[in-house]
Amino acid sequence: MKTLIIAEHNQHDLKADTLVTLGAAQQLGQPIDVFIAGHDIGQLGQDAASVGGIDQVLTWDHEALAMSFSETLAPVIANLRSQYSHILLASSSFGKDLAPRIAALCGVNAVSDVIDIISANQYKRPIYAGNAIATVQNNAACQVLTIRTSAFSAPSHEPAASPAHIQALSIELPDMSVRFVEQTLSESSRPELNSADIIVSGGRAVGSEANFSLIYDFADKLGAAVGASRAAVDAGYIGNDLQVGQTGKVVAPSVYIAIGISGAIQHLAGMKDSKVIVAINNDPEAPIFSVADYGLVADLFEAVPAMTAHL
Amino acid sequence: MTNHPLKVIVAVKRVIDYNVKVRVKADRSDVDLSNTKMSMNPFCEIAVEEAVRLKEAGLVGEIVVVSIGPKSCQEQIRSALALGADRGLQVECDTPVSPLDVANILHKIQQEENADIFLLGKQSIDADNNQTGQMLAALLDFPQATCASRVKIEHNKAIVTREVDGGLLTVEMSLPAVITTDLRLNEPRFAALPKIMQAKRKPLAVKTLADLAIELTTDIELISVDSPTQRQAGVILSSVDELMSTLRNDPNVQMPKHDKEA
Repeated sequence: MKTLIIAEHNQHDLKADTLVTLGAAQQLGQPIDVFIAGHDIGQLGQDAASVGGIDQVLTWDHEALAMSFSETLAPVIANLRSQYSHILLASSSFGKDLAPRIAALCGVNAVSDVIDIISANQYKRPIYAGNAIATVQNNAACQVLTIRTSAFSAPSHEPAASPAHIQALSIELPDMSVRFVEQTLSESSRPELNSADIIVSGGRAVGSEANFSLIYDFADKLGAAVGASRAAVDAGYIGNDLQVGQTGKVVAPSVYIAIGISGAIQHLAGMKDSKVIVAINNDPEAPIFSVADYGLVADLFEAVPAMTAHL
Repeated sequence: MTNHPLKVIVAVKRVIDYNVKVRVKADRSDVDLSNTKMSMNPFCEIAVEEAVRLKEAGLVGEIVVVSIGPKSCQEQIRSALALGADRGLQVECDTPVSPLDVANILHKIQQEENADIFLLGKQSIDADNNQTGQMLAALLDFPQATCASRVKIEHNKAIVTREVDGGLLTVEMSLPAVITTDLRLNEPRFAALPKIMQAKRKPLAVKTLADLAIELTTDIELISVDSPTQRQAGVILSSVDELMSTLRNDPNVQMPKHDKEA
């Protein structure tokens, strides 16, 4: 049997999440197909075909798919299920919205947020906000999984010797019950949280939206992404798309620098798999220090500019 | 489309209270929930609150709250009734249910109720699946808007702003539809004592899985549950200088090269 990956893209490039999902899929040790839906995706299909490690690229190109909705994609993907033992998506907004819709149409449950592939039907996944890890066995004929990308890595790049076969699907478009109204994406020249090597996060102690410039300056010197705790987001200092934690983004960069973050359980669940954690807080009792490799008990308003000056 | 008063079904789950520390059982079979404070799943509370606000705004005529579980989940149904839901339905079930089970049950309930909107939490804070709403929408062939941070109902349409990676996405759906709630949709109110008393007199029906002709799924088996590996606390450094030079000397840390520290 084969594995099918549902690709995510921004019309020009495959998302990093999709390549990491490919890395996870390779652990299943069977041929991998990739499904890409969108409008004007000829080049994307060719790019995917040359990634390496992919057997076949299925493209569904239609002008109405410029904005891909789960309502439209799920029935088409579910119809492919007889050819696949596994359907994998990243645990991104896109994957979380779509995977269960596919699974229900296949008459199965999905396994969400896989962090470890033990075998072709056993997986580990976090439950209770990461405070427990469940090992589950999936007995479904067609397994639908979402992959927590912070727990896997993209395959080491070996471009395909010869490009994978591209199959263009020709499918009639069903009636659309959802209409796109608008999208507001935070524009930033900084790295994305999901793929950043270094993340600098600020908490409530940063104190205001204006004070967050300290965090931005430091991050920019480091070439780092900026994150925040839920407390900082709820206080309106920073946009909610930058929230790190169980209810926000789950990240695992090489270095995570927590500034003025006390370390609530729900925040720790979102960053505790980072390789190196650095914490700066004026409260020596802050729980963040219990997970930090390096701690500095200091006033962030003095420490952060001093650190920035060091770079 | 006529402007009939809309009917909303809100599904609520009884889960471990979000303030309680989770303990894994010694035999690794599951999380230990004995003698643990249980509450309504926070995302479900947000769903109830949103339904009540829609009703207060005159957009919704009736709110039906459904919970699936043993008799104890009637507590959470009563809480939702105290917050402003009109009637409750408990689906009696003593074993844990999967997301697809819940979706199948709600699908069956919809055959009788004909609701216009399903409002569900985006996920429960125990299993953290984030699947049920999408599955229900698939089974009903309804449009879905997950992780809602804003809901507007007008002209038999729902205009929903969703929290997505990188920002916000607003979509317009025809009703009937499924909406799942994210944290910032609203701040749930506390029920006032008189409302809690009134809620005791609101209707609460009980059905069994047999009544609904539901067979539970068995595709996902829980093999074991473990505590996550704990990180060890590291070292506390005394100054910014010491911290920065330690970071530069850590082989796992790639700091930008700069001559200042040479």
